[in-house]
Amino acid sequence: MVTELPWDEKTGTLRRDLAPGMMNPACKHALEAALQIKGKNSARITAMTMGPPAAKSVLYEALAMGADSAILICDRIFAGSDTYATSSILSAAIKKQCPDFDIVLCGAYTSDSETAQVGPQLAENLDLPAVAYIEKLEINGRKLRVRRLVDNFRETLEMECPALVTVSMENYLPRYTQLAGLEEAFRTNQIAVLDNKLLQIESARSEGQSSRTKVRRVFLRKTQKENVYFMGNPSVAVTDFLNKYERKISTVIGKSIEGKERTRGK
Amino acid sequence: MENKKKSIWVFGDYRNYYQNRVTLQLISKAMDLAKSINAEVCALVFGHEIDEWIMEYTAHGADRILAIDDAALKSYSTERYLAIMENLVRERDPEIILIGATDFGREFAPRLAKRLKTGLSADCVGLEITEDGLLVQIAPSFGGNMLAEIVTEYHRPQMATVRPGTFKEIPHDNSRKAQVELLPLMKGLPEPRVKLIEYERCAEKEHSIENAQVIVCGGRGMGNKNNFAKLHELARILGGGVGATRPVVYAGWADHAALVGQAGKHIKPKILFSFGISGAIQHTAGLGEADFIVAINKNPQATMMKMADVAMVADAGDVLNTLIKELKKRIRE
Repeated sequence: MVTELPWDEKTGTLRRDLAPGMMNPACKHALEAALQIKGKNSARITAMTMGPPAAKSVLYEALAMGADSAILICDRIFAGSDTYATSSILSAAIKKQCPDFDIVLCGAYTSDSETAQVGPQLAENLDLPAVAYIEKLEINGRKLRVRRLVDNFRETLEMECPALVTVSMENYLPRYTQLAGLEEAFRTNQIAVLDNKLLQIESARSEGQSSRTKVRRVFLRKTQKENVYFMGNPSVAVTDFLNKYERKISTVIGKSIEGKERTRGK
Repeated sequence: MENKKKSIWVFGDYRNYYQNRVTLQLISKAMDLAKSINAEVCALVFGHEIDEWIMEYTAHGADRILAIDDAALKSYSTERYLAIMENLVRERDPEIILIGATDFGREFAPRLAKRLKTGLSADCVGLEITEDGLLVQIAPSFGGNMLAEIVTEYHRPQMATVRPGTFKEIPHDNSRKAQVELLPLMKGLPEPRVKLIEYERCAEKEHSIENAQVIVCGGRGMGNKNNFAKLHELARILGGGVGATRPVVYAGWADHAALVGQAGKHIKPKILFSFGISGAIQHTAGLGEADFIVAINKNPQATMMKMADVAMVADAGDVLNTLIKELKKRIRE
């Protein structure tokens, strides 16, 4: 559970080295979309993630699902990157490892901070036509036709490859990962690890690529909840609850639900 | 030193005006912030036949409007808007840009920030100015259970997105005046690489739950589709909306529009009823702003029960039926 993850008090960033290795759900949908493309076209899928060594488990899972190869971008100096720096690093890795790519698929959200920013920013880095939150994708030659539902508009859009999409969780329900596949992935270990020496980003802290935002402080949301428990027979519990909170509920819904006896008593 | 007045920009997102009045809410927040740094509030309106929005943003407190009215901007295009915005920012150098976290804004803002080589924080729930005039962006992190104070120290503009409903708009006032600059469409606007083939506005089935005061949410603990459907009756009595968890949407008990959580709606009701929901992070990430939570679950240890103001340990279906019956009786009397 992400909620129980420790965070680094000093930097205010998530201690990813202690996070359990689990693929982000939206990314699984993106991988599923890639696998469905591969099912219909000749394609090679490279799974890529950035994180601590433990993030390898996510890539094993990707390989077991059907990715052809996997790349882990891992270097201590990348820790604490914001989306600005992350997208720059990913872009450098893509340019180095798979410069001839046709489509970049990203999950539309991440489960820890849910900024949904890395995909669109990566499109800028790679100077690609891009569409976020796609639900459906069709390939016709070099043309990519996508559908999405955004701000209550159903849109169909078209662009030429190479292109980038971020995949919503609306469609592309991920296939089950076979345990045998996972064992096979572990055994053959086809994960390439890229550190900064190999990536040669001038310096991850250089002006061009460094994080733009700084987390000054992280704190728990204020909780002044009473957390009152009502037990027992539902009708008793409901009556007790309504009697205790009738004024509050009445105010919010704009109708009086105050009990007869009480109103009479006043 | 040049003594130019600082400017806080608000991107005018008017496409779904009646659902989310986020632009007006941002103008109001920008007015607050502007006082601390002696800045003007500038609203941007790009589109075609946009007089209505120029008047609207003026009446809601903008000091200045930068408007581009051109048939080429008839439909929203991320690429076109990016090119225009980048151009304007470089020309005028705003201090802060606020953008509504609509679907459009959530795609547009990160790309704009990247182009401008500046920072961006997403879905801020609070914005403040420090003594040094720096914008503090308070944003949910780690699945919404924690808040982070984020600053963009060395790069400008400072950018933030804000979800609809986070801040309050100020009332419409026709006597307000703004300096309206009608600008020509920039020269050399690139042909978009992403072509809009077709689009249609979806019929709105129900009132959007994003703005509802009372929301009745149901999870797997409702047992079946019929029981789940009764949540609508409670919602109707309370004048609210119905929300759902992902398993329920997958099972076809509720529409995707009802999905509350990380991949769905973020809600901020005054009262939230949570029926048969265990409280997985994917769901609770959408509940950050619920004022008062009433959870009903057989399991007193469920995360949702621990998060609640009122936790009723009982079968969700039984409580729902009783609550409907009791409320009907009380309202009639």
